[in-house]
Amino acid sequence: MVEHRRFGNLLPHLVLLAGVAIVAFPVYLAIIASTHDNTVIANGQMPLYPGSHGLETYWNTIVSGTGRTTRQAVGVMMLNSLIMAIGIAVGKIAISIISAYAIVFFAFPFRMTAFWTIFITLMLPVEVRIFPTYKITSDLHMLDSYSGLILPLIASATATLLFRQFFMTVPKELVEASKIDGAGPIRFFWDTLLPLSVTNIAALFVILFIYGWNQYLWPLLITTRDDMQTIVIGIKKIIDVRDALTEWQVAMATAVLAMLPPVAVVVLMQRLFVKGLIETEK
Amino acid sequence: MANVTLRDVRKTYPSGFEAIKGIGLEVGDGQFCVLVGPSGCGKSTLLRMVAGLETITGGDIDIGGRIVNQVEPAERDIAMVFQNYALYPHMSVYNNMAYGLRNRGMAEPEIDTRVQEAARILEIGPMLGRKPGQLSGGQRQRVAMGRAIVRQPKVFLFDEPLSNLDAKLRIAMRVEIRKLQRRLKTTSIYVTHDQLEAMTLADILVVMNGGQVEQIGDPLSIYQKPATTFVASFIGAPPMNLMALRDSGVGAEAPGESILGVRPEDIVISSETPANGLSLNLTVEAIERVGAETYVYGVRAKQGDAPTISTKAGELPPNEVIVRVPGAVGPAIGEPIRATAPREKLHLFASDGRKRIEL
Repeated sequence: MVEHRRFGNLLPHLVLLAGVAIVAFPVYLAIIASTHDNTVIANGQMPLYPGSHGLETYWNTIVSGTGRTTRQAVGVMMLNSLIMAIGIAVGKIAISIISAYAIVFFAFPFRMTAFWTIFITLMLPVEVRIFPTYKITSDLHMLDSYSGLILPLIASATATLLFRQFFMTVPKELVEASKIDGAGPIRFFWDTLLPLSVTNIAALFVILFIYGWNQYLWPLLITTRDDMQTIVIGIKKIIDVRDALTEWQVAMATAVLAMLPPVAVVVLMQRLFVKGLIETEK
Repeated sequence: MANVTLRDVRKTYPSGFEAIKGIGLEVGDGQFCVLVGPSGCGKSTLLRMVAGLETITGGDIDIGGRIVNQVEPAERDIAMVFQNYALYPHMSVYNNMAYGLRNRGMAEPEIDTRVQEAARILEIGPMLGRKPGQLSGGQRQRVAMGRAIVRQPKVFLFDEPLSNLDAKLRIAMRVEIRKLQRRLKTTSIYVTHDQLEAMTLADILVVMNGGQVEQIGDPLSIYQKPATTFVASFIGAPPMNLMALRDSGVGAEAPGESILGVRPEDIVISSETPANGLSLNLTVEAIERVGAETYVYGVRAKQGDAPTISTKAGELPPNEVIVRVPGAVGPAIGEPIRATAPREKLHLFASDGRKRIEL
C-alpha cells in the first residue's frame, strides 16, 4: 500500500477524523458545560464555546463540592478513589507476582491444583460473590474503611496468569546461574525476576489502576460515610437530586476530574505499557 | 585448583529412566576434561550433577578432596558457563561479573580488582558498562567466561559454550578457551557434541553413549585405538568405515564374525594390494570437494565381498565406503576404483562392536 494516489489517503483520514469527533465530542461538551453557570445549562441552550465560570467551578468542586447531595468536597473523593485504585493495583500485582513465582519456580505437591484454583476464580468476580464478600468484610469490621475497599478486590487470576506466562519464558539457565552465583530464592526474585518484570508490572498497573478507579458497585455497598465516597459514586449522587436543580456544572467538573488520573496514568506509562504487552525478547 | 573424582555416579529419574549408569572418572588438577557424545547420552546431565544442579542418586562426586553430593551449587566452588550464556539481561556487564562476588559478601575494592583483571584478560574492558543485549554473541560468550573467571573457582564447568556461535567465531573462541585454561591452570570439565572441539581441547577425552562411558583417554590414543565401534564412528570426521567381516581375509586371527574398521584418510586408491592389507572394489557414487581434500563415496561393487552390518545413527549406509583423497584430484562419478589400506591401519572389533581386537 505504498501507491501514491492524490486522494488515496483522504477517505481513511475522513473516517478516522469522524471517529475522533464522535469519541471526543461528549468529552468536549463536559468540559464546556463545566465552565458555564448552572442557569445557562439548565435553560437547555448551552453554547458550544467555553463560558467564564471555569476556574470558579473547579475550585468550588474540588474544595467544597455540592452541599446538597454528596456533602463532600470532590478533592476528598478523588483522594479516596486514588487510594483505592493504587491499593488495588499494587495489591493485585504484589499478590499475583508472588503466587506466579511459587507456581512456576517451585516444585511442591498440588502445584497445578493451586494454579487451577487461582485460575477458576476468573469466573468469580465481585458481582458474583457479593453477599459472602460483604458478610466477611462486615464481620471483620472493615466497612467504611480503605482496607474494606481494597482487600476484597486484590486477588487477581488474570495478573497471576500473565506473570506465570512471562516467568515461563525466563530461561532456566538464569535460575541455575543465580544458584551458582549464590543467590537464594529471595535474592533471585529481587535481583533478577523483579527487574525483568518491570514492563509487565507497568502494563498491569495501567490496567488494574483503571479497574480500581472505575469500581462502582463495591464502594457503593460498603461505604456509607460521606468522607469515604469515591468519585465515581460522587458523580452519580451529584446528578441524582430530588426537588432541586441538578448542579450540572459541578457534575461536569467532577466528571472531568474523574477522567484525569486514569488519563494521566495511561499517558505517563504508555511506552512501558506497550512494551510490556508486545515485548518477547528476554 | 583441585582434582575432580567421580566414583560410580548414577542418576535414575523417578520414572525409572537411568540417565547415568554408573560413571567413574578422575580429572587431575589443572586438566581439561571433555565429555563428548551424541545428544541424549547424559553428558550434560553428568556436568550438571557435578555443578549441583541435578541431584545424584548413587555414587560420590569429589571436588578437591571433599565429597559434595549434598552441597549447594554455590558452595561447591565451581563456576559454570552455559550454552545460552545465561547472563542477567538487566545488569551491566560489570554487574553480571560482580553479582556472584557480592552475594558472597566480598568487599567492593576486591570485586573491582577481579572484574577489571578478568575484563583485561578477555578484552571486554570497553563493554563493562553495557547490557548483554547490546553485545554480539562472541562478546556475550566472553562475559560469560568472565563471570566464571572472577570467581577464581576450583573447577570450571562448560556446557556446550560455543554451540551458539557461528563457525568462524567458534574456532577462534575454542583456541582462546584452551589458552585461557592453560594460563589459569584451573581444572575444567567441558561438554560438547562436536568431536572436533573435543579432540582439540581435551587433555582427557571421555566418550559417552547412552549414559555410559565408552572410552576414556587422551584424544590421540582414542583416535588411534578406538575401543568400540561407537567410538570409532563418533570420533573422526568423516566417520570410520565399518564393515562386517566373515571369517576370511584379514579377519583370520579373529574367529567367527567381526567388524572391520578403516578410516577414510587411511585408504589409498591404488591398483596394488598391500600385503595382508585390505582391498575393495568400489564404484564412485558421490564426491565431496572441501578444498584441501576430497571425499569419495563409493559403493562396494561386489555384494559378496563381505556382508554389511546394520546401520545405526551416525554410521554409514550399508555397502558405502568413504575414501579421503588429497586436493582436487579424484575419480569421476560412476568410475570403478580400487581402494586399499595397509594392515596396520585396520581396526578390528568383536561382532557386537563392544570390544576392540588387536590385530
